Parts: sequence; structure tokens; C-alpha cells
Amino acid sequence: MTAGVATSRSGRWAGPNGFARLVHAEWTKFRTVRGWVIGTVVAALLPVLVAVLAGVSSDQRGSQTVPVGPGGEPVTDSFYFVHRPLAGDGGMTVSVSALSSSIPSGPADLEPGTVPWAKAGLVIKQSTRQGSPYAAIMVTGGHGIRMQNDYVDDTAGPPGPASAATVRRLRLDRSGDAITGYASADGTHWTKVGTVHTSGLGPAVQGGLFVASPPAVDGRGTRGSVSTAVLGDLRGQGNWAGGDWTGTQVGPESPTFAGYPRNTSGSFTGAAGRLTVTGAGDMAPAVRETLPTGGTLGDLLTGTFAALIVVVVVGTLFIATEYRENLIRVTLAAAPARSRVLLAKAAVLGGVTFVAGLAGAAVAVPLGERLARSHGVYVFPVTASAELRVEFGMAALLATASVLALSVGTLFRHSAGAVTTVTVAVVLPYVLIANPFMPASVANWLARVTPVAAFAVQQTLVRYHQVTSNYTPYDGYYPLAPWAGFTVLAGYAVAGLATAALLLRRRDA
Amino acid sequence: MGRSRVASTATGPEPGAAYNRRHESISNSRLTAVSAPGIVVAGLHKRYGATLALDGMSFSVRPGVVTGFVGPNGAGKSTTMRVILGLDAVAEGTALIEGKPYRSLRHPLNHVGSLLDASALHPGRSGRNHLLWLAHSQGLAARRVDQVLERTGLAPAARRKAGGYSLGMRQRLGIAAALLGDPPVVMLDEPFNGMDPDGIIWMRGFLRSLAAEGRAVLVSSHLMSEVQDTADHLVVVGRGRAVADAGVAELIAAVSGNRVNLRTTAGTAATRVLTQAGATVTRAGGRDTLVVSGLPADRIVTLLGESAVPFSEVSAHRAGLEEVYLELTRDAVEFRAMTPTEAAR
Repeated sequence: MTAGVATSRSGRWAGPNGFARLVHAEWTKFRTVRGWVIGTVVAALLPVLVAVLAGVSSDQRGSQTVPVGPGGEPVTDSFYFVHRPLAGDGGMTVSVSALSSSIPSGPADLEPGTVPWAKAGLVIKQSTRQGSPYAAIMVTGGHGIRMQNDYVDDTAGPPGPASAATVRRLRLDRSGDAITGYASADGTHWTKVGTVHTSGLGPAVQGGLFVASPPAVDGRGTRGSVSTAVLGDLRGQGNWAGGDWTGTQVGPESPTFAGYPRNTSGSFTGAAGRLTVTGAGDMAPAVRETLPTGGTLGDLLTGTFAALIVVVVVGTLFIATEYRENLIRVTLAAAPARSRVLLAKAAVLGGVTFVAGLAGAAVAVPLGERLARSHGVYVFPVTASAELRVEFGMAALLATASVLALSVGTLFRHSAGAVTTVTVAVVLPYVLIANPFMPASVANWLARVTPVAAFAVQQTLVRYHQVTSNYTPYDGYYPLAPWAGFTVLAGYAVAGLATAALLLRRRDA
Repeated sequence: MGRSRVASTATGPEPGAAYNRRHESISNSRLTAVSAPGIVVAGLHKRYGATLALDGMSFSVRPGVVTGFVGPNGAGKSTTMRVILGLDAVAEGTALIEGKPYRSLRHPLNHVGSLLDASALHPGRSGRNHLLWLAHSQGLAARRVDQVLERTGLAPAARRKAGGYSLGMRQRLGIAAALLGDPPVVMLDEPFNGMDPDGIIWMRGFLRSLAAEGRAVLVSSHLMSEVQDTADHLVVVGRGRAVADAGVAELIAAVSGNRVNLRTTAGTAATRVLTQAGATVTRAGGRDTLVVSGLPADRIVTLLGESAVPFSEVSAHRAGLEEVYLELTRDAVEFRAMTPTEAAR
């Protein structure tokens, strides 16, 4: 059988033109009811309106600029740096015999705790400027030895912590743009952890020791932590300038702004033989929690939800009105192939909603971004393809939800019950995941199995395994990839449509 | 009902059975003459829960005549029409349009035009747009929409929202929809409902003109008076089946039977004389009129003359269609008020 051609209920050949005629008829039906057309236009305008409101409502002009890494992404670049200038190629080695962290348990109390991504080791960095390129090898609180560079890249080295019993030795060599990290347990046998290419370092870099200690996640919030490392046997190879090591707090100078717990600050004591370095902060990509003032495209498209409700109402009425007015009998007398009638309805409704949604998104996203940026709001950057995906994703989300509403409307044959059902199926999980106090496991489960999974198409934030944070839908992180989340909603719509078609064929009209 | 129960007191077979038998021979002869009549319904059975909606409904509708489809509410008229249109499924039986099941028709509106419910429209859509989507579903052009609007006289109101139409205008819109595909078969359910007298007259003429164009026209009504001046042929239904299927003239003749109207001032004496001679006598509409069955008119005259009972007139009894209808459907009316006679018991 040719694709796109189905047989009628009686099994007879219905012809390729039949479906196009049904689509034409359903389109005529749709466009000739003013309320549906207005509803669709409103659904397109709501995201634009909300994006404009979001864009103009917050004024952050004059606030601190967000540090941006070499890749253009926002970064956290705040740590304690014990450094000297290094001209040209060279390297250094160090031993780490302790890395301990403290987390405040009360206003004035610090208690020892585990900070898995506390870091202590060697770093070669273009400068002490925030966001400058770097490469580092380090011991971590809970993830063994790692080699990281330019904020986003992370390579695992030998596992295990550093202690007096298991002293970890680290080595970092620069040769042009290539920086190689090594690890050793005895100072004789070195294991290469990785070689990374960091462009833009320039001829003279700052090299030395660093300690960072990212905030510990505590329920919905975080608590600033501080970590102290004991490092020894510091040796340099190459053209190291200057006689003394300099201690610098990279990033905000005020300990409070740099993320230190009360009454603590970054410091180093001792000499090259044995140094004790205390630091807080992180060298890592920024996430929602570390950049709470940053906006996302998803934030700008909050109006999608309002549009969704309008679309659900229109989609339900598109069929429920036919039942209410007994018009369904006229429809089915004119076209006895019932499944095809339903498909034609779905095609028209989904198509119209998709076009409206795409038009709304194509205006809302750039306009909202522009307004927000002109008001000094930092918007998490996205690639052009991700922005297109967000726009098409919103259109697809609305279109698919309208088809789901049409299906449920067909099942119920009654608008009130169908609108309530679909709205509850979408609104309830949406409200639950929008609640910051919802446990992450529940919120993520809801965003996996309910229709709101489709909101993943608006996700532009990236989840980093090397950054501990609350990754929940509330923060803009969805458990499913964008189109995988959309597929969940599409699954509901397809199942709904199939059930509706089955019942429509079985029931007396 | 003031009228006496003629048929039930008459001896002989049930009138309905007689018409059915008669009809079988008629329809058989017609079937040989006409290859595929407009609508052929055969042995429809349908049940809604405990209620038997259709119980062997069978009849056919010929082209070129208006067939009245009459019966009390709940007798199965609308259900039958929905079955013909493929909207409702049946447990048994077939309904064919020009020899084919409705659901096999590729563009059904080119074969059957139907009006089931004049209110079946979206109130926010104009009449013209209502017809337009129907036309598009059949691949018909907008020009055809304007033609049927002209023909039904709805053109001036065509661009107004249908929600504001009177019932009469909705009926016209429904007729316009039925005519879109210029179908050889037209089927209308209660088209006279809610029409004003002008509308009823228009509708009658319109139905006749459709039949005159050679179309098979089936018109249902629960009131015989609405169709008796329009229909050439009647299918009377009760309790889910056709109790009569015959021409209007045949039907009247058959119900009238060989009964005689007797006008006399000495009703009691006449009844006694004629009953002794084996006749059945009942009192008819007029105060002085008796209906006599079982004796020919000349024998009645002789008997009354011998017994010196005065009378002023003896004539063949001629039943009205309304009476025919009531007789045929008496058993089929599910909820009817008791007659005075029954109430007196």
C-alpha cells in the first residue's frame, strides 16, 4: 500500500485525494470559528508578552560582569592561588599529603566535612584574571586525581584521596599550547593523566599551587565550604621568574563574596618545602546555583505554559463542540472513514498550533534576550542550533499538547471533562516541578514520566558532573534530553489518538 | 380518543399483516422492474441495553416519489436513519444505498443527502461556512454552496452566524447541506419540526419538486398530518419494525375494508337487528353514525327495511390517514394515555 493512503472502515480503497479533502474540510472548520482563531493567536502572543515582561522587569545594569571562559560560557573562577610567573615552557612537581574540608554547621561553627570536589594541586593559568585559560592537575576530596582545563574539561586520573599515609605527587608540564599532567604515588613512577591543548596562554603564564572548595549542597541551598591542603616538595623546571611565591585570591577579594564561611579566608603559610594553603571557591563552569541572577531561554519562555492552557482548550473544543452540537454526525456522514477524520483533525489542529507556536517563539526568544541583555541581565549563552531547537521545541510542544487535548476530547465527548483532565495532567506536574521544595527525586521522576517532560525542549543549561549542584527542573535542568523529553509527551499524544480512533470507530455516532 | 376502535373489533386478520403481505407482492414486482432502488433496508435489529430499538426493520424507498416514514416517537425512525448513514451499527440486517453500504461510498454526499438534526451546527460559524466545509470534504467547489443557498432561499442570511438562525432557517440550511452533492437519494428526519405554516407549505412543495426530479425522498414524521399531503408512499413503523409499507391510496382502502357507515336516529334498534344477523356494529364519530362490518351494504338495507328501523344514509366507510395511522401504531405506542373506555373500566 502506498504511504499516506489508508483504507476506509469498510476496507475499501479510499484514494489518495480523500485525506487531503478531509484536511481541507477540517481547516475550513477551524478557520471559520472566530474563537478558535483568536485562541490560537493568543497562544502565539502569550509567550511574546511574557518574554517582554521578563525582559524589562529586572534591571541589573551596573552589576558585576559574569566571568566568561575561553569557550564563551559563564564560569566560576574563584580560588586561592600561590603563584609565580613562568616564561615559556617549563613545569613543576608537588606532593599533596592532606586535603581537608570544613563546612559551617551553625553561624559560628565549622565542622570537618566532605567536599567531593574540593581541589588542591598545580595550575598553569594565563593570568589571575577571572575566566582566563588554564590547565591544572589536582587531588580532589572525593573523586581522586583529576586533570582539568578551561573550566569545562575534566579527565580522571588515579583514584583515592591524599593523606599522610598516601601522599599524592602531581606534575604539570607546559610545552607550547600542550600541557601534560602526571600523577605518582612514589615520586619515581609517573602516570600520565592527560595532555590538553590550551590556546591563548601566551608566552608568560602564572604557575603554582591552588586550593578551591566549592559550596556544599545542603537541601535546596548550599553552604560555603573551605578547604586546606598540605603541599610539599615543590620544584620548578624552566624559566621561573621572581623569587617569592605570591598568594592571590582570584575572583572577589572579599572572603564573603569569594564564598568563604564566616571568619575564614584564603591564605598560605610555610615555604617551598612544606606549604599549607587554604582556599574556597571553584574553577568550573557556572551552573544555575552559582549564577542565580543569570537568565535562561526557558525563563524567557515561561509564557509557554499559559499558551499551553489556551491550546488545550482550543484543541478540546475542536472536537467536543461537534459532540455538543451533534455535528459529529454530520461530519461522519460526510466522511465515514472515522480514523481518517480524526487524523485530519489532528493534522489541522497540530499544524495550526505548530505554526502559531513557532511564530510566537521566533519573536519571543530574540526579543526577550535582547530586552534582558539591554537591562543588564546575564542570559546563559546558547548556540544558534540550541536556540532553534528551543523555538521549534516550543512549537512542537504546543502542537503535540493540542493533539493530546483533541484525543481526550474525543474520548470524553465533553469539553469540560476533557479540558479538566488534560489541564490536570499537564498543570499538576508542572506546578509540582516548579515548586522549589519538591524533593529532587520526585521532581525528576515527574519530569520523566508525565507530559511536562516535554519542557526539556526549553532546557539550555548544561549539567556538569564535576560541579555538585541541585540539578532539578526548577533550576532549569531536566532529567531527559530535550527531544527525549518531547518524545514522552508525543507518546501520550499518539496513545491518546490511537485510543480515540479506536473508540470513534466502535461507538455509535 | 372519542373514535371507536374499529379495527380491533373487526373480525379477520390484523390490518398491518394484510398490508405487509400485500406489500411483499408489490415490492417484488418493483424489484424486478427497478434494479437498485434508492434505499433498501432489510431486517435491521438493534438493541440499546434492555430496549429493542430495531426489531426487523425492512422497507425500501423508490426514486421519483416521496416516501413518508411515520410512526410514534421511539418507534425507531431516527435510529433507522442513522443506521442507513453508517452512524450506528446494527446487530443484524443491511441498509443499502443504490445497492451499496453507506460506508463504502467514497463521496457519500453525492449519493445521499440527509438532514438528521437541524440544530447540528456550530453556532459561531456562518451558514455559508457550514456548507463550505461540507463541500470541501467532498471535493466540491464553493460555487455549489452558493447554488444550494439560492435554491433553499437562505442566501440573504448565509453570512450570518448560524447560532442566530430560527429553527426554520436551520431546517433550510440542513436541506441545503443535503442537496450539496446533488444526490439521487434525500433523507430528512422530521423536517417539519418547528416550521411555521409558510415554511411547512414551502417544505411540501420542495419535497415534491425533489421527487419530481427523480430523487428518492424519505421523510420521517411522528405526525401523519405532516406527510399525508406530501407523501405518495408510506412506511408506518411501530416498535422497531415497519407495520405497513404501501401507497397512500392502498393503505386507506385496506384499512377501510368492507365496512359501511350507517346514519340512523334509531341506533339501538339498528344495532340489535344487525348484530343478530352476524355483523359487528360500533359507534363512529358522528352521534347518529354507526360503522358496520361483516355485512354488505345491500343486505343491511334489506334487514333494516324488514325490521322497520329508520335510517337516512348507508355508505362505504372511508378511513382517514390519521385513523389508519392510529390503528396501525396503537400497539406500538409505548406510553399513551388511556382511552375514556379504558379509564371507565
